[in-house]
Amino acid sequence: MSRGSTDVLVRGLRVLGIGIREQWRVFTLAVIGSALYGAMTVASAFVMGWVTSQVIVPAFEDGETTAGALAGAAALILGVAILKVVGIVGRRVGAGIVQYRLQASYRRRVTRQYLRLPLSWHQQHPTGTLLSNANADVEASWYTMAPLPFACGTLIMLVITAVALIATDPVLAIVGFIVFPAIFTVNFVYSRRMAPLMTRAQQLRAEVSEIAHESFDGALVVKTLGREGSETGRFRQRAEELRDAMIRVGRLRGMFDPAMEALPTFGTLAVLLVGGLRLRSGDTTVGALVSVAYLFSILATPIRAIGWVLGDLPRVVVGWDRVQRVLRAEGGQEYGAVRPGRTGAATLEVAGAGFAYGPQVDPEGDLSGAYAEEVRQPAPVLTDVSFDVAAGRTVALVGPTGSGKSTLVSLLVRLVDPDSGAVLLDHEDLRELVRGGVADQAALVSQATFLFDDTVRGNVTLGEDIDDEQVRAALSLAQAERFVDALPQGLDTRIGERGTTLSGGQRQRLALARALVRHPRLLILDDATSSVDPAVEAAILRGLRSADLGATVVVVAYRRATIALADEVVWIERGRVVDRGTHEELIGRTPGYALLVNAYDDEAERRAGLVGAEEAAR
Amino acid sequence: MTRMSANRPLETDDALTLAGAGRRDGALATMKRGLRLVPELRQGLGLTLLLALIATGGRVVVPLAVQQTLDRGLLATGGPDLSQVAWIVAGCAGIVLVTAGAAYLLNYRLFRTTETALAALRVRAFRRVHDLSMLHQQAARRGSLVSRVTSDVDQMSVFMQWGGILVVTSTGQLLIATVLMAVYSWQLTLLVWACFVPLAVALPKLQRRLAGVYATVRERIGDLLGAVSESVVGAQTVRAYAVEDRTAERIDAAIDRHYRSAVRAQKTTVLVFTSGELVAALANAAVVVAGVLLGIGGHGLTAGKLVAFLFLVTLFIAPVQVASEALSEAQNALASFRRVLDVVDAEPDVADPAGGSPLPPGPLAVRFDSVMFRYPQANRAALVDVDLEIRPRSRVAVVGETGSGKTTFAKLLTRLMDPTSGQVLVGGVPLTEVPFGSLRTRVVMVPQDGFLFDESVADNVRYGRPDATDDEIVAAFGALGLGDWLSGLPDGVLTRVGQRGEALSVGERQLVAIARAYIADPDVLVLDEATSAVDPATEVRLTRALDSLTRGRTTLIIAHRLATAENADEILVVDAGRVVQRGPHAELVTQDGPYARLHASWVSQRQ
Repeated sequence: MSRGSTDVLVRGLRVLGIGIREQWRVFTLAVIGSALYGAMTVASAFVMGWVTSQVIVPAFEDGETTAGALAGAAALILGVAILKVVGIVGRRVGAGIVQYRLQASYRRRVTRQYLRLPLSWHQQHPTGTLLSNANADVEASWYTMAPLPFACGTLIMLVITAVALIATDPVLAIVGFIVFPAIFTVNFVYSRRMAPLMTRAQQLRAEVSEIAHESFDGALVVKTLGREGSETGRFRQRAEELRDAMIRVGRLRGMFDPAMEALPTFGTLAVLLVGGLRLRSGDTTVGALVSVAYLFSILATPIRAIGWVLGDLPRVVVGWDRVQRVLRAEGGQEYGAVRPGRTGAATLEVAGAGFAYGPQVDPEGDLSGAYAEEVRQPAPVLTDVSFDVAAGRTVALVGPTGSGKSTLVSLLVRLVDPDSGAVLLDHEDLRELVRGGVADQAALVSQATFLFDDTVRGNVTLGEDIDDEQVRAALSLAQAERFVDALPQGLDTRIGERGTTLSGGQRQRLALARALVRHPRLLILDDATSSVDPAVEAAILRGLRSADLGATVVVVAYRRATIALADEVVWIERGRVVDRGTHEELIGRTPGYALLVNAYDDEAERRAGLVGAEEAAR
Repeated sequence: MTRMSANRPLETDDALTLAGAGRRDGALATMKRGLRLVPELRQGLGLTLLLALIATGGRVVVPLAVQQTLDRGLLATGGPDLSQVAWIVAGCAGIVLVTAGAAYLLNYRLFRTTETALAALRVRAFRRVHDLSMLHQQAARRGSLVSRVTSDVDQMSVFMQWGGILVVTSTGQLLIATVLMAVYSWQLTLLVWACFVPLAVALPKLQRRLAGVYATVRERIGDLLGAVSESVVGAQTVRAYAVEDRTAERIDAAIDRHYRSAVRAQKTTVLVFTSGELVAALANAAVVVAGVLLGIGGHGLTAGKLVAFLFLVTLFIAPVQVASEALSEAQNALASFRRVLDVVDAEPDVADPAGGSPLPPGPLAVRFDSVMFRYPQANRAALVDVDLEIRPRSRVAVVGETGSGKTTFAKLLTRLMDPTSGQVLVGGVPLTEVPFGSLRTRVVMVPQDGFLFDESVADNVRYGRPDATDDEIVAAFGALGLGDWLSGLPDGVLTRVGQRGEALSVGERQLVAIARAYIADPDVLVLDEATSAVDPATEVRLTRALDSLTRGRTTLIIAHRLATAENADEILVVDAGRVVQRGPHAELVTQDGPYARLHASWVSQRQ
């Protein structure tokens, strides 16, 4: 425990060092501001002393004073205060800029990694973790940069105070030297004992949040089965554990705060006692005594800034480690130099492609900061997959769930690279194409659609210069024109997170339009109409069949209607191409294929008797 | 988006805000409402305030000691009187110890009271969210509901324990300082107050400004998260369309906007803080000048008293500075408090009837009696003039295009919502008179997305009947024809399903949801059929399991595929909230009407 916390202390300070190095200019300004503030705080004590001995006491003794003396006193007090304010502004604005600049800079770096790292990396890391890496973890890393200039300024102030005390009265200074280390010790012990309590509370807070998330997500189940009571019980248990943990935190803080307040007061009292002795022996003056006493009463708070910084270091280290795990992640695709220049439908060739997924990474991991992945022998998803599609042809990829179709599709547009073998577009290995070259030629519409927080138009064009006429044509082909026109602002309607909500089918249709508007030379549909109403789906398929797409099409399908789009079927089982041919050929010779394609109809037949059978035969 | 909202996809969020939300109570009104709704906060408040008074009393010790030491010890006529000094110092030390003890008790009590109250509030809000109608539980709103029982409560906890202690002790300090100052010199006290009046007047305005800038910061963080999530959730799309650069630009723009708002908020805070500092210096200077003049004029002021007064001014200033400092945090905490209270305060629009009559035993009939339903603030009714009779143990299917209102049937029959007019009767009893305890065990819905909790398959099935044993659950899967599927799972019925059941496929989750409904053994079943395609093998399992599940139960099926509808005893075709056609499949398919058209397109699509 003690070694661990020392380690955290050292590593936390190292993180602060990195922050200071990256923003040293503004940081220096903030520290100067803080030092000015500290110096002026000390100075104000001496001003009080000076005003007492030079203005107040003589005035009361003599029964008179001069306007000059009074004006001088007022000017001194105000002057010091103004400089102090300048110091505060410099310190706090500077500290804020340092903190927020570091946040912005690391958010940029983290999100650049998100965009750079391969899809396989994304698949290994839960969304929630990645979002909190970019948000809460970055924030935690630089959290202490805000009080840091204050703490540095305080250190400077302590040195100044020490010098000033010695200069004023060395004996009284000794009293101060006893009080300050006592304050530090209390602070240190407090931070050490508080850290585990806070960690526990933080953990419980996360658990409370998890239960709430899950329970509200499953609200429909909870409600329709009348399980609100037991869910509340589950939530209450954690909420009360959190309460108890926080009360333990409160008990410790309850001891700490009064101790921190009492220590300087005891110092002041000691100064008065010792000061009285020295005053009698003529070794000090009333003014000096007042100065020193005043110093103690104002020093207590700034000194605690050092405690704030030290106390929050564990949080910094945890945040930093999590951010570093993203920043140090390796991977990312390399690109070649070939610029695709052809037009018209492309030829596609998959040559002996093999692929296996890496292991899932534990999202929490340890706090050691080492990015160590446990390496397991991953099971292959695709094995020696080979097939080709001539320009302009349409091929259906058919296979049972988990046979590797979606993985194969992601190879075709180079979302991932095969472990062995190659994917060739117009006889060119995809890895040889320039960055963006594949996206230029091929478009993928997947089952899970993603819409950007943007307008309908923006979601279709993705920022490319495509005129509305073409956008409309694509929407029309995707059977999306009608509902888009019904939206409040048509093409300009904002959708996504903060805009209008679309149904799953509508989202899929927009995603389809997004692909079609680009006139891709290779179009890949991965069960792209799964959420669309059957009637609309039929219209889409009819449209695609009759439109002259000028593209080579690969379509992943379960249903006959979709398969009917294809000139040829590639049948995949357990990551291997088992058969290929026309639908009729496969129905005749591949039992697995016949079973799968006929499953719906067989079932309808079983249930509805002859009616279904007649229709299926038609 | 879940299915629940899918049939009215264009509806704005307006209808979903909580009843009490939008009203912006002032700080005092919110506190009052808070004390009413969270009575735990009041517990032992008197003693806590007394402790606060004692604790802050300690802070007066320094000025008091200085004054006493100066006037009676050090500047005593006839030279410094050391024994006097010693006595004074000892006495003050005693006071400090007592007040430190009081401060400890105060801190501890505040933590205990606030944490106890907040835990209770958290649990109450959690329960209330579940009680609120499904209207409030739209997927889009869930995040904000979660934050009301998590971060909003945490925010209050942070404020009450840092800010709250400061506010309590500072108020005490302000009072004590004022009283003592007045004892030394009422003229100077008035002067000090006069210096602070302008600040006090300006405070509410500054407070509003602070609230504004911090609201902007929070909004920018929301935008930032949205932009970042595009690079994470949309990772595949971003790569497939090579829009990395564009996405990066959008993220950077959001980061920059957040940065600028945060720095602006910081500057505003500093402005508020430093104005207090300047006023303090002004007060000090004024006291020195006026005090000296007063003293010379002979108003009973001594040098010691004036110096002590100066210390008291510091004591007086500190709470004012703390107040301006704590303002922004107080703003956040108040806003959070308001949000949580809005939830706790919201009246559930579907209430559990007190008393009421449980459903009669045996098979149940379902009747919709001229039912009309309109979502709040919607222009158009979702359902109009619906009369419907489902005989006991028969099956009725509702079909219609997306947005036709068919899901509303399910919500009304399970009483997730009440009809705007007309009524729904089960077993002859209006649903509004059936206690939830009876309703939720006899009328069960299998929702579309088959949500599973991060537990084992067995635990998930037990949501249907908490006392079901593992053996009963295995037997249930067997009865549904899913025995082979269950034994194919790595740990059988004890297999963990992962977050939201993501370790299972969509179709498999649905299988567990069916078992869950089966073990609940309801008399009325509501099936909201899944829309997304599952692989044929699972599809076949699903259909068979559903057959077993619905056998002998009164069933309402929200059918998204016509294959399911074909087997129902009666089919209702819904269009734009109205039942436009009804009858058995064999009859409807021969009529020239919407059903025949739906059916034709479905058949052609199967070919």
